[in-house]
Amino acid sequence: MADQVILGLTPSQTVGPYFAYGLTPGGKYAWNDAFSNDLVTPDAAGDRIRVVGQVFDGDGAVVPDAMLEIWQADAQGRYANPRDTRALPNASFKGFGRCGADANGGFSFDTVKPGVVPDPDGKPQAPHILLTVFARGMLLHLYTRIYFGDEAELNAADPVLALVPAERRATLIARRDPDSATYRFDVHLQGDDETVFFDI
Amino acid sequence: MTLIYPRESNIAHPPRLFPGYKSTPKRSPQKPLILMRQTLSELTGPVYGHETVRPGDHDLTTQHKGEPLGERIIVHGHVRDEAGRGVPNTLLEIWQANACGRYIHVVDQHPAPLDPNFTGAGRAQTDADGYYRFVTIKPGAYPWGNHPNAWRPAHIHFSVFGHAFVSRLVTQMYFPGDPLFEFDPIFNSVPDEKARLRLVSNFDLANTKPDWALCYRFDIVLRGRDATPMETK
Repeated sequence: MADQVILGLTPSQTVGPYFAYGLTPGGKYAWNDAFSNDLVTPDAAGDRIRVVGQVFDGDGAVVPDAMLEIWQADAQGRYANPRDTRALPNASFKGFGRCGADANGGFSFDTVKPGVVPDPDGKPQAPHILLTVFARGMLLHLYTRIYFGDEAELNAADPVLALVPAERRATLIARRDPDSATYRFDVHLQGDDETVFFDI
Repeated sequence: MTLIYPRESNIAHPPRLFPGYKSTPKRSPQKPLILMRQTLSELTGPVYGHETVRPGDHDLTTQHKGEPLGERIIVHGHVRDEAGRGVPNTLLEIWQANACGRYIHVVDQHPAPLDPNFTGAGRAQTDADGYYRFVTIKPGAYPWGNHPNAWRPAHIHFSVFGHAFVSRLVTQMYFPGDPLFEFDPIFNSVPDEKARLRLVSNFDLANTKPDWALCYRFDIVLRGRDATPMETK
């Protein structure tokens, strides 16, 4: 086991202020988008939802030059990746989305509500979406998880949420709009309401 | 093959708070990050087919009617995991300033000319062995407002995916021998010198195209290594 040569990683550097024309052009530049903030595909079963929010810095100012990426299971809790060897009922649902923040630090994703995914011990994890945040001023992106406010029972038993001090858990719970399938999830990079980020 | 992603590999990365880079103090968390075990959610990641990269997307010099001004270069390299295996079919996205050091982005107000024949964005997928190749022009250095007389060394931004969501990487490729290195807080935010030098491409004479373009090689190492026998028990 001592024989394995381990190469050092290529270090991260900031996405900088000028990524939009390359990563999230949105029709404003002579370049096409590889990814969208709309993950819904024709065969995607499950509840269609929208997740909206804003990114704030330590002064409470909005962060307009942020990029957000999400990764999630489908409504059956299956990932569109070879490491998830279970059957994949929604062949075209990719589960990945990208969104550049707008002038108000705002972002939105149209997707389906993910299903339950097992943890390494086979225990159920509450439905969740992984979220990464990139921005000017961030030398390394941040990882967090979006959980759903209307899954109180599953959230209470979730093994990852259980690691988070109780008083900070609310930062990971998206609140459902009473009148629509829209959930609000704001990202606070710093401050009293600082979002919980994970070291993975 | 089951890859594992030890957390200690992350020591290569810069700290999130690096006061020399003045945008970090208000955009870095002050509360501790929560340690967690990686689950299927973290160990999977997006897989993209060839439809994501169109023919010619790797060549930034042929996206417009005319050729961009500047020094034409080839940038190529090998994307590997920590165990040295090539990472096949993974997506790379690049963006960069033009030869004068000006980005096409609306926010960039550096008084250097835009080039109507250069957008500065490209995309490629690694081949079955993990190799990629771009054709572009060498970007210029440019000033920025971080501190008095601050200039960024010439660089190309890279976005790479890898096998899992935890192998996601956004970084910058630099050019060898740049005199601005010692003054640049973003480059110097990487604490370990060996790791920092992995951000600098190598001049690759063997792969220049005579009478056409110089060549730089930029190899990339992403998270992911073999489980050791102990750990597979």
